[in-house]
Amino acid sequence: MNTGIDVSRIERFGALYIAAARLKSMSKWKVIIAAVDIGNPLFYLIAVGIGIGVLVEKGSGTSGTSGIKYIAFIAPALLASSAIAAVMDETVFPTIEGFKWRKLFFAQNATPITGRQIALGVYLSALCRAISSVSIYYTLLIAFNVVEFGLSALLIPVAVLGGGAFGAIILYAAAKIEKDDQFFNILGRLVIMPMFLFSGTFFPLSSMPIYLQPIGWVSPLWHATELGREAAFDYGLSALMVGVHITYLSTLVILGITLAMSQFERRLAK
Amino acid sequence: MSKPLISVRGLTKKFDDFTAVDGINFDVAKGESFGLLGPNGAGKSTTMRILSATSTRTSGTVEILDKDPEKFGPLVRAHLGVVPQQDNLDGELTVSENLFIYGRYFGLSKKFINGKIEELLEFAQLEEKRDVKVEALSGGMKRRLTIARGLVSEPDILLLDEPTTGLDPQARHILWDRLFRLKEQGVTLVLTTHFMDEAEQLCDRLVVMDKGAIMAEGSPQGLIKEYSSKEVLEVRFGSDRNKQVAPQLAQMCERMETLPDRLLMYTEDGEKLLERIAAANLHPTTSLVRRSSLEDVFLRLTGRTLIE
Repeated sequence: MNTGIDVSRIERFGALYIAAARLKSMSKWKVIIAAVDIGNPLFYLIAVGIGIGVLVEKGSGTSGTSGIKYIAFIAPALLASSAIAAVMDETVFPTIEGFKWRKLFFAQNATPITGRQIALGVYLSALCRAISSVSIYYTLLIAFNVVEFGLSALLIPVAVLGGGAFGAIILYAAAKIEKDDQFFNILGRLVIMPMFLFSGTFFPLSSMPIYLQPIGWVSPLWHATELGREAAFDYGLSALMVGVHITYLSTLVILGITLAMSQFERRLAK
Repeated sequence: MSKPLISVRGLTKKFDDFTAVDGINFDVAKGESFGLLGPNGAGKSTTMRILSATSTRTSGTVEILDKDPEKFGPLVRAHLGVVPQQDNLDGELTVSENLFIYGRYFGLSKKFINGKIEELLEFAQLEEKRDVKVEALSGGMKRRLTIARGLVSEPDILLLDEPTTGLDPQARHILWDRLFRLKEQGVTLVLTTHFMDEAEQLCDRLVVMDKGAIMAEGSPQGLIKEYSSKEVLEVRFGSDRNKQVAPQLAQMCERMETLPDRLLMYTEDGEKLLERIAAANLHPTTSLVRRSSLEDVFLRLTGRTLIE
């Protein structure tokens, strides 16, 4: 009885094995995922491009939106939000399922795979899903002539970075909250929704009263949106602010995933 | 005797104020089928989680294949097959996909796993269910698949936590047959159960656990010999009369246990005892002579039955 299991190999690639398994599970939902990832942008592009956008431009032209069409102004924010939604889907649900419902994490942890690798694997697979969602969204933006192909392709990594920053923190929270499943309903309604509305998504953050602006400052969505606007059109962001946004989002990624990895390890070892 | 595969000394596990496992000691030798018998809440599953090199301990030492599972988790787990109490299969994936993905967690090559899947499907009698989603399987099939999954890496030790709990009698017998085959192949089995018939069928040696402690250790037959009589006479007089006649009956046998619905009389010869009861003009409504089982051992040791 000797299969010659190479533990050092598992130490190196364990997180990728977990990510591969997660992608396999996701592939079972590919029709639904594709419908959401194509349908959602379509609805926004039609509603905002034809409806709200026309109304906004009738009112104030493009003076409030850096001189560009309203739909183009909000497109980077929509892209980042779709990355956030995708990462949320693929971190919160699998984590609760893994620890509680089906206890898949305990099965995975009964192999040489560690809790830290499980956390990282789930996170990586969520990023894959975000890359796919955002790429579809970006393709539709090009197709609808909202942005021009070119430097604007940077919208994809920027949106994924925004989704990844939020997702890393959420992954930690999902592993940390052991009892209250309702937490995530509340999170959706009282954190995600206000974040979506008040992160400079539909209007510049500076047009909000100063006491509401901190919502944007802490929100990964605002940072990703600002970066995205700089990538998509001549937004006039200073090099300093570009640095600040990238640093903030990267810090959240590292902080979140570090916390999540040790929380996974701790919870599985109970 | 060669060095044991598993060696446990003074193992203790506390959850806040609650002591789930309280200073237990045991060894498991290579090729042995070792059981932890006890009621729910005895600390069996907690012990199993520690043996599976996933859960941490509060104190004591554990060595599995000469290594501390807490320090060398992945290395130790590479040699274990784990079958948890609750099937934690991926319900969205098919039977063969579950086996494949699990094999990958051990870093095994695709070629090796694909060959192994054929062998395991046959072992688990699931050849025809290969492409069926796990959600659609019966309880017995899921259980067999979980065991097959635990074997994908050809482990040195297979750990089974309550392998047949929740299964119907037929499914249990199929499973016992499969486990017996593994035992014949020389796989070291460690299993927990609260079924005494399961312990008698599968275990070469076992420990009786209650409230986190080990009450006794030995082979099933050895334990029965040590803690019980050869035969047991079960008599029923009806729930009210049981108590009335108990003192008189207790004089007539080596030992007696009074259960809510029946009296258990321990003796070397049940038929002879029954004759003496009749001669004393006591007439039970029903009577049964049987040989002693591990259930009787547990009752003797703890004053309680295994399944309450």
